[in-house]
Amino acid sequence: MTDTLGGLVTIALLIVLLAAAYVPLGDYMARVFTSTRHLRVERGVYRLTGVDPDAEQGARSYATSVVGFSLVGIVGLMALLVGQAALPMDRGLPGMPWWMSFNTAVSFVTNTNWQSYAGESTLGFTAQMAGLAVQNFLSAAVGMAIAVALIRGFVRARSGTLGNFWVDLTRATLRILLPLSVVAALLLLAGGVVQSFADTTVQTLAGHPQVLTGGPVASQEAIKELGNNGGGFFNANSAHPFENPTALTNFLEVFLILVLPVALTRTLGTMLGHRRQGVAVLGVMTILWSVSLAVTTWAEVGAHSAAGRAAGAAMEGKETRFGEWASALFAVATTGTSTGAVNASHDSLTPAGGGTVLVNMMLGEIVPGGVGAGIYGILVMAILAVFVAGLMVGRTPELLGKKISARQMTYVALYTLTTPALVLVGTGTAIARSDTAEAMGNPGGHGFSEVLYAYTSAANNNGSAFGGLTVTSDFLQITLALAMLLGRLVPIVLVLLLAGSLAEQGKVPATAGTLPTHTPLFVGMLVGVIVIMTGLTYFPALALGPIAEALA
Amino acid sequence: MLTHLLTDLSRQSLAALRMLLVMTVLLGVGYPVAVWGAGQALVDRADGQPVRVDGEVVGSRLIGQQFEGDEWFHSRPSPQAYDTLASAPSNLGPSNPDLLAAIDERRAEVATREGVSPGDVPPDALTASGSGLDPHISPAYALLQAPRVAEANDLTVDEVEDLVAAHTDGRGLGFLGEPGVNVLELNLAVRASAPGGD
Repeated sequence: MTDTLGGLVTIALLIVLLAAAYVPLGDYMARVFTSTRHLRVERGVYRLTGVDPDAEQGARSYATSVVGFSLVGIVGLMALLVGQAALPMDRGLPGMPWWMSFNTAVSFVTNTNWQSYAGESTLGFTAQMAGLAVQNFLSAAVGMAIAVALIRGFVRARSGTLGNFWVDLTRATLRILLPLSVVAALLLLAGGVVQSFADTTVQTLAGHPQVLTGGPVASQEAIKELGNNGGGFFNANSAHPFENPTALTNFLEVFLILVLPVALTRTLGTMLGHRRQGVAVLGVMTILWSVSLAVTTWAEVGAHSAAGRAAGAAMEGKETRFGEWASALFAVATTGTSTGAVNASHDSLTPAGGGTVLVNMMLGEIVPGGVGAGIYGILVMAILAVFVAGLMVGRTPELLGKKISARQMTYVALYTLTTPALVLVGTGTAIARSDTAEAMGNPGGHGFSEVLYAYTSAANNNGSAFGGLTVTSDFLQITLALAMLLGRLVPIVLVLLLAGSLAEQGKVPATAGTLPTHTPLFVGMLVGVIVIMTGLTYFPALALGPIAEALA
Repeated sequence: MLTHLLTDLSRQSLAALRMLLVMTVLLGVGYPVAVWGAGQALVDRADGQPVRVDGEVVGSRLIGQQFEGDEWFHSRPSPQAYDTLASAPSNLGPSNPDLLAAIDERRAEVATREGVSPGDVPPDALTASGSGLDPHISPAYALLQAPRVAEANDLTVDEVEDLVAAHTDGRGLGFLGEPGVNVLELNLAVRASAPGGD
């Protein structure tokens, strides 16, 4: 077995397993969000929280619930982090400093999981499991709820409501994320991931002291990948042998990262009653993902960098048990979804590899995107694509039986401007400050790439990093936290307003003049719109960083 | 309009707070404790697979250790010398002159130490890993070190090479990832086999 054959078989098996999960999991999720029955445990949750599960919410009310839930989540998590010394199993560690806890709380509530702290030296076990891991579940569930609300906007006609946020949140958590996490955690345990509640200090064979750090890692690792969160229990994230001990657990983690975003395209098709639409959306994601994987793998396996040539392979920042193939695959999976877990140092990737994973995030987290966020992200791009097509032929654009008029395009335009504005203004402001150069871990264009990567990752809610950048200054803690918060809540509110405006409309019957949106022609059109939008927005910034480095 | 929105927000925030508390009990306590219980009951490796010598834990088979001296196989370079409280890669960029200098320096150092040509030093001996805690080295790097370790431990090179083969973790399921030699287990085996060893 050569590395190349092993790498190709790995990718093939991954695709087979995702395909096998596609229909059953996708249809199961569609049933979860369309069923009128409440489980007994859910009724208990509604009673304890005082929620009327059968009350429907309009767009504004739904959005208010999401914003309120996020703000309460941030305050609650900050309290746990700042006050962790008062919690059991605090490992003798002090509370987190204020700005770091603000950054961390925003990060986990927004499904970003950007980390300006190192878990093993900063956090006790209770803060990790009762604070961070809870938001791993809830932030992913919020993403799914928003996606489902937008789908309902397309499905419903002359309706003032989009569903009930609390019901969608509870069902996504209890019927989808929790059961799958339990299964995943058991598999990870069997693969050697740690789940203990004690640190042990030992003398190594050569006589050095070493702490065998424990923790509820397996339970957190499962939802971290499945919920596209990505915040590592340890600083080294999924490169750490206690989070990801073997190539087999690594494969499982890549599968967990991709399975929900991929299957949700089936959920989309099933809920729309138009399954080929789900397949078309998956097709767009697959095309972009395949190009990204091919470029990254070529760059990493071929060691196309100065360091790669000097060492004979691009193994800086990579673990022996994974090698280049499995590291490239993980890097593409984690940045194409909004996960941000890493099993290798992205800062040390080759210029083309590191540049490609950066572009994956700049695409807006839609290849295949975060749990739920990928669905609403790509539907917004699809509206943009039918709008462009409509302009070309001079017809009022329609998508899935809904007219796309000025009101919808206003929401779409604001949506597509929000993240790029946060990324570019954030990066520009940081670069203009004199102390940013000292925070960079690398000289030249690569230092610029570190800052660009940071704001791209934050605003797109990915959470991975070019980790050489020291991000503990108040300026970076606060501005990156704002990028995460606005990059999450502004698009969500816009999507819900868009969904509300679509639900209010009647259905336009399809005619001979309607542009079909499930055909290869439209798939190509959508790929083109996404690539052009990303290119126009980010090319100048990319030219200063990874492109300059790759050509140097 | 705004006051209406704010009233709604504060009303919803109460439901939000209750929801957060209920979910924290379920997901933040119930779930991890249940997984911990399952780990205790079903598998014997949830504690990080400690390696014991005479009943004394000397490390974990998953976590690399720092080895100096001719009698040991050396692990990969680690930016923090295998300190588990600071797991991290070097984060040096692919064109960083410091990284290029470190690679050159390590190449010369390893070539001198093992008495081989600088061109024969494998990439994993020249680069730090993703965690700084890599428990493995490549089979090539292990075989490069075998003659030195054999001599220092009064073993034949063949004996040591057999130990390397015995402590090589193959690809997962035969095709996942890459083979690696577990340095801690290999060093333990070398010490146990050495004349006068335990």
